[in-house]
Amino acid sequence: MQSTGLLRAGALLYARDLKLAFRRWEQVTQPVVFFLMVTTLFPLALSPDTAQLREVAAGIVWVAALLSALLALEFMFRSDYEDGTLEQLVLSGQPLWWLSLVKAMAHWTVSGLPLVVASPLVAASLAVPAAAQPTVMVSLLLGTGILSFLGAVGAGLTLGVRRGSVLLSLLVLPLTMPALIFGARAVDMAIMGDSSRGPLLLLAAMFILSLTLGPFATSAALKVSME
Amino acid sequence: MWRGDRHVLRNVSIDVLAGEVVHVAGPNGTGKTTLLRVLAGLLPAEEGYVGWRGRPIRSERDDFNAEMAYLGHENALKGDLTSFENLHYSIGVRRHLDGPEIDATLDHLGILRCRDLPARVLSAGQRRRLAMSRIMLLGASLWVLDEPFTNLDVAGVALFSGLIGDHVAAGGMAILAAHQGLNVPGTTPRIVELN
Repeated sequence: MQSTGLLRAGALLYARDLKLAFRRWEQVTQPVVFFLMVTTLFPLALSPDTAQLREVAAGIVWVAALLSALLALEFMFRSDYEDGTLEQLVLSGQPLWWLSLVKAMAHWTVSGLPLVVASPLVAASLAVPAAAQPTVMVSLLLGTGILSFLGAVGAGLTLGVRRGSVLLSLLVLPLTMPALIFGARAVDMAIMGDSSRGPLLLLAAMFILSLTLGPFATSAALKVSME
Repeated sequence: MWRGDRHVLRNVSIDVLAGEVVHVAGPNGTGKTTLLRVLAGLLPAEEGYVGWRGRPIRSERDDFNAEMAYLGHENALKGDLTSFENLHYSIGVRRHLDGPEIDATLDHLGILRCRDLPARVLSAGQRRRLAMSRIMLLGASLWVLDEPFTNLDVAGVALFSGLIGDHVAAGGMAILAAHQGLNVPGTTPRIVELN
């Protein structure tokens, strides 16, 4: 009997999570719908004046994206925990940090990636100039990634807690503040016509940090929650 | 082990040899599930240790996991996946297997006609049979089964007992918790009574 290699196990888990997500369509679309709703309400509430919108656009895009992605975070491990699948994954003989990494990636694909894809539309509605669009997308790509990998730690830790969603936000939001600051700054600089290289590089550094260290912390958090 | 403010499982010692069935019995709340979770390595023992082939499972984690199949209270099934998909993904993470192998096991457990139905529409007994298919397909030598007969009909209980009998007859081991008496063909289960 041949045991499954790391990559094949990861691919199977990733495919399974995507399949499950697409069979729960309403849950998948929730973050991106929220994102679009919030950001289209701002021009209506503030003023259609493009100069004024441009000034606040960076902040609105980033805050809305962060909160939308946070909405879905709670569901990363919840159903696997409740139906006993998580126990089986822990006992599967595959390293838990690897499985956590794959699950966070799958979660990002269904909750973070749609925000990145929808962002040009959102940016256009907030009068962000076309030249700044790539910066919006890149910054959100990194930002939602950071939230998924950091958020996985919080999602793992709060599994055993009843109504853990408030606690989860309190745990994860402060950790994402640096990403919010530099992400919004990058978008703002791009809108002003400056180079956004500096804040984007810092954001990329944070992304790599959360990608490499997050899964180990998540696996430790999951083990604590299982006891 | 402490569960809440109750001290359960004091001075419990169990040895399992190849070809043996150990039946953990005892009233509700005496720690049967806790004991099985400790044995499966899901909970660390507060004192003492769990060994596999003479070595503590803490240091032999991967070898132990590869040779152990655990059936918990929950069936670990995804309601939105079909029976076939459930097995395909959950076994696939551990070992290579092909479609016909899954079908043969489903047939053996009498749920082949549920192959392409989402697990959420199956009855509780059918879900238990599906969970048991996973145990069989894992190909592990040690089975740790927590109340395997829950929700089964009379034929199902006989079928599961037969499977456990076949497994130990082939040199496997089984530790199971159950309220009711156990009748495994071909062997006499060793009873460990908790109180």
